[in-house]
Amino acid sequence: MIFKRSVPSRKAGRKIKFRDRYLPTIISVSSVLAFFWLIRSVVVRAEQWPRIKAQFFDLDTIIFVFPKVLHGFGINMSVWSVSLVVIAIWALLLAIFRSLQGPWFAPLRVFSIIYIDLLRGLPALLLVLLFGFGIPALQIPGLPNNSLFWGAVAMVASYSAYAAEVYRSGIEAVHDGQRAAAKALGLSQIQTLRFAILPQAIRNVVPSLLNLTVALQKDVALLSVLGIRDAVREAQIHTARTFNYSSLIAAALLFLVATIPLARFTDYITKKDQERRLQKTT
Amino acid sequence: MHKIEIEHLTKYFGDKLVLDDVSLKVAEHEVVCLIGASGSGKSTLLRCINDLISFDEGSIKLDGVSIYDKTFKTNELYKRIGIVFQSYNLFSHMTVLDNITLAPRHVHKISRAESEAYACELLSLFELEGFSKSYPEQLSGGQQQRVAIIRAMVNRPDVLLLDEITAALDPELIGGVLAVIKGLRKQGMTMVIVTHEMGFARDVADRVCFLDNGQILEEAPPKTLFSNPANPRTKQFLQRIIEAGRL
Repeated sequence: MIFKRSVPSRKAGRKIKFRDRYLPTIISVSSVLAFFWLIRSVVVRAEQWPRIKAQFFDLDTIIFVFPKVLHGFGINMSVWSVSLVVIAIWALLLAIFRSLQGPWFAPLRVFSIIYIDLLRGLPALLLVLLFGFGIPALQIPGLPNNSLFWGAVAMVASYSAYAAEVYRSGIEAVHDGQRAAAKALGLSQIQTLRFAILPQAIRNVVPSLLNLTVALQKDVALLSVLGIRDAVREAQIHTARTFNYSSLIAAALLFLVATIPLARFTDYITKKDQERRLQKTT
Repeated sequence: MHKIEIEHLTKYFGDKLVLDDVSLKVAEHEVVCLIGASGSGKSTLLRCINDLISFDEGSIKLDGVSIYDKTFKTNELYKRIGIVFQSYNLFSHMTVLDNITLAPRHVHKISRAESEAYACELLSLFELEGFSKSYPEQLSGGQQQRVAIIRAMVNRPDVLLLDEITAALDPELIGGVLAVIKGLRKQGMTMVIVTHEMGFARDVADRVCFLDNGQILEEAPPKTLFSNPANPRTKQFLQRIIEAGRL
């Protein structure tokens, strides 16, 4: 909640007064309104404001480009939702590879470490350019030549490295006693992971994974550099024609509409998770 | 032939010698208690017996066969030796029933119906019949520890290892757990017990071993060891325990 008010302690038999109940809320709301009204009036009175308004907030332009930008935004969201699923699975596999013990699993462990080191160290934009332009240009038979596909692959490759590290932190946070108990019961390494460790590890990292999800939701706009007509690209096309930047604001609004609710949901889940941990320790 | 035969066991953690040429024999149906200060190596010794910790030199045999012998498929060893830990180590995301039946179903491939039937039998024997669908955190410490004992018992092991199983419990809950162990002793279960409860060791043990700096310094029936210890280090240890009011 944005407007937090301290709840007055209720003494037995005494009704809470109107003042105690509503005054804090009234003060919060009115002070916030006053604050923003002040900023608005300063901005609007500035000499350059009409130019800024025409450049960025031209309502006619926004309405005009909105259908095209919205269509592009649909591409952003479908890339986002498909990559999300692939990342969740691939990153979990990478984390499992890295946590396996014993000499036979050494190749998987080494692969996972190198993969994560490399792909976490490279800018996502570089990967998008490399995959999205580089691979289709090879015209390899049997592989898709679609830059949208390879751009999405680049996003998956990059984000999986981060998500794998998140999973790994969750796996390592599960208490050693759980592993000892699983081993003493005769569970194999894979069974230990499947039945004892992963369910607890994944539960521990849900908030962090949701944070990555929010970040990915915006970063899919990187694919616009490949010429894919996503929301940002559509907006840019219009900007290039008219030298008016309001179309980018239209795209910005769409991204906010998608990310803010998800960010709020993440906060909510994080809070629930903290409460659960507190309950456990008391 | 002894049930468990430990010979010349040596174990290092890095440079630190934690078990120094330890030998110990446990007969079938015998209950042996390991006592000693923290860091004396008693938990390490216990965890070597069921291969939770590897050792550097020496050998451990179960019914005359080395625990590393190939005739022991790993699962067979874990089936025949059960262990209960100080901090219960129940799987917190599983119900009591799932905790108990995990190993029978997935390791020993016993049908769900059969393993659940036996689990319920043990639950009612240990006065926990209403809790099969509860999660560990909804139970008291004493109840959780009894579930952990059932989880170790459900594979019908020959040997039970108990690693300070009452150390994390509130005093009023200890009695219930110890009563369960006394019951198992009556049924003839072979047990190796690491404990700080000297009164319990005196009641339940056939033999008490005092460990200090990774060595077994004294080994005697509880009456002898507690009333007339031979080794000066044992005397000193027991003196401290008496001063703390725990004997």
